[in-house]
Amino acid sequence: MTALGDILHLLFTANLWQAALAAAVLLLLPALGGVISERSGVVNIAMEGMMLTGAFFAVVANLAWHNVWLATGVAMLSGALMASIHAIVSIRFRADQIVSGIAINIFAAGLTVFLVNRIYGVQDIGHVGQSELLPNINVPGLDQIPFFGKVLFQQNVIVYVALILLVLMHLLLFRTRLGLRIRSVGEHPQAADTAGINVYAIRYGAVITSGLLSGLAGAFLAIGVSNTFVPNMTDGRGYIALAAMIFGKWTPFGAFVACLIFGLGQAIYDNNSIIHVSPYLLSMLPYLLTLVVLAGLVGRSTPPAADGLPYVAGSE
Amino acid sequence: MSDQLLAVDMRNIRRQFPGVLANNDVVFSVRAGEIHALVGENGAGKSTLMNILYGLIHPDSGEILINGKQAHITGPRDAISLGIGMVHQHFMLIPVFSVGENIMLGREPVAGPDFYDRGRARKEINDLTKKYGLALDPDARMGDMPVGLQQRAEIVKVLYRGASILILDEPTGVLTPQETKELFVVLRDLVKSGKTIIFISHKLKEVLDISDRITVMRRGRVVGHLTTKETNEEAIATLMVGREVLLRVDKKPAKPGAVVMKVENVTANSDQGVPALKGVSFELRQGEILGIAGVEGNGQSELMEVLAGTRKTTGGHILLGERDITTYDARTERDAGVAFIPEDRRGTGLVLSFSIAENSILGRERSPKFSWRNVVLKLVAIRDWARRLVQEYDVRTPTIEVAARNLSGGNQQKVIVAREMASKPKVLLAAQPTRGVDIGAIEFIHRRIVAERDEGTAVLLVSAELDEVRSLSDRIAVMYEGRIVSIEDPDTPEERLGLLMTGGGTRREGAA
Repeated sequence: MTALGDILHLLFTANLWQAALAAAVLLLLPALGGVISERSGVVNIAMEGMMLTGAFFAVVANLAWHNVWLATGVAMLSGALMASIHAIVSIRFRADQIVSGIAINIFAAGLTVFLVNRIYGVQDIGHVGQSELLPNINVPGLDQIPFFGKVLFQQNVIVYVALILLVLMHLLLFRTRLGLRIRSVGEHPQAADTAGINVYAIRYGAVITSGLLSGLAGAFLAIGVSNTFVPNMTDGRGYIALAAMIFGKWTPFGAFVACLIFGLGQAIYDNNSIIHVSPYLLSMLPYLLTLVVLAGLVGRSTPPAADGLPYVAGSE
Repeated sequence: MSDQLLAVDMRNIRRQFPGVLANNDVVFSVRAGEIHALVGENGAGKSTLMNILYGLIHPDSGEILINGKQAHITGPRDAISLGIGMVHQHFMLIPVFSVGENIMLGREPVAGPDFYDRGRARKEINDLTKKYGLALDPDARMGDMPVGLQQRAEIVKVLYRGASILILDEPTGVLTPQETKELFVVLRDLVKSGKTIIFISHKLKEVLDISDRITVMRRGRVVGHLTTKETNEEAIATLMVGREVLLRVDKKPAKPGAVVMKVENVTANSDQGVPALKGVSFELRQGEILGIAGVEGNGQSELMEVLAGTRKTTGGHILLGERDITTYDARTERDAGVAFIPEDRRGTGLVLSFSIAENSILGRERSPKFSWRNVVLKLVAIRDWARRLVQEYDVRTPTIEVAARNLSGGNQQKVIVAREMASKPKVLLAAQPTRGVDIGAIEFIHRRIVAERDEGTAVLLVSAELDEVRSLSDRIAVMYEGRIVSIEDPDTPEERLGLLMTGGGTRREGAA
């Protein structure tokens, strides 16, 4: 009973929700990447690897140039580079998209460990001055609102960026011409092709966008939330983002709600010192939730009709 | 011919696919303002030719003139800008999009930076539909529309792109007789307003009804240019097949015997879990063919699966002789003497990567004839068996070791028909037995079904082709929304059957 009481008490603190939102954003960025990729018909489970690559190169670039914005850009580009491998393999060569995604995740894990050892000869790197990290920004005035000020307006710059991207992604997919075309390619590429839409260009664009977003999440992780690169530091977040995407029925806001739930689980876990329950038990929470989600307990979730199917022009 | 403007003029088109010359020096021309039918069997090269015209396939050689001007068509975009529009056999529609979004796709009206302008889309569609008299609701979800209206949306989609030349690939395949009539009215109106139409079909009656001129293809070549008024069904069929064919099914009157199968008030759900069969009852007698007519999706598929044991019933009884077989699964049904020709031959009827020999014993591999103690296959016996079937059922293949995937549709179907009939069944369930099969194979399969009947088998036939049901059946049961609404004589006029199939007409006494 005390554990439950502790958690309930925790739920009324602004600190918890502030941490939950930051943790959610870490999942939201790759989840948005997954949404746009799969809406265009390319199954993408490589967010984990793209994020990890982004995290590594963010630290490398930051150590080299001591410019956090440049480092963030490098991280996004490295994520996009990984994504373009996935794009070429699955769009051009029509390979199995799950296998390609797994390969990229394993490749990214190996590559980053190898490069850390090779370049720096140590296990973890980073540790720049606090001023060289992605800054926290307090929105003047608004940050003084009780409770909500702390949760919403005393956050890292990437949190604001991610929330703006969330709205933009929603508008893009469901309000614009380009979005209509992206969705048409993911639902019925033949129909899109016969309507004069370039199926391949749209799929490449969507997959590479997922790399940019995952790379950004990697940068946030390595030079925002923490100040270091540790092998495998993404710790399955790319996969949880995948679950969030499915939970959210392939919509940006749906995925965001899922990310918030997972983020909250993470934040509760991080606060385990004041809860009298095994931290290991708490750490299982997000994964347990994922399983519940995937088992379809929150209603059936239907992917885009052509998700994962390679397109060959002129075939039926 | 030369004094009239040619809307389409394709000269010496040649296209080689691995192993097949799909188009061999094809010459094809369509006059402006006519309805031109392109006919031929499956694999004759019609679709290849039209896909070349629409830019989906590139020819190896040959030239294309559109309205007298040389055209280079490298993709659908070029074709669209030349005023060519195509209504595909398998609709190019997205079920989760609205009707409006489907029509606009690729040429969407925008407002602001890139926002899809729903209001303008609606207005443009309403203008178009009013102009051509094709009522459509732009805001309805496409997946909720009946097939006839989906096709109408496809036509509006093509018109919206400013097409003056419309290609319709097998447009009546999915339509009821009434919908087909409505379509023909629309097509005639379109021609009156100056459009040119290319009509691809294998239904010769319709071709004769709607077209002005006809081009016949066989094995990648054009074998005839005909004027519709001066020809008839038999002449076209002979050109298509390359020999004389029997279009009518030749059969003696049935001699129905005892009742073999009795279906009482059977109910079952569809894959989506909604009731698909709402109380179906009928009796099937020895030595008769009972045909089931109906628009696809009214429970025929589910009924066949229930009877074959691959779908569970939610109520009612099925009796085979005196035995209650309601709860039997596919294996026990088969052992009890029910054979099943499923409608999806590639998905359900065959294992495509297996050889003909392996496919010929599917479902019978436990028989002592083909396996020793149900463990080790008797390969020699299986090969002998397969060779016998291939010969008896005229399966055209180099050897029995060929994978089923590499056979033509007609020969794949013959493998299934052979396997099922050779089991000497009491009841033969034939679902769409000739779908997508060429005329020669249709003729053969029809003859075998009638022969099976004459040997005393009870045959239950489901077909989307009303002509097939009418020519084969001894009695016709009409299905509508999961019920048999009437049982009719085979010479019942098509109009009456069409009416019953769409829920109209007076129901006969005794039919549930």
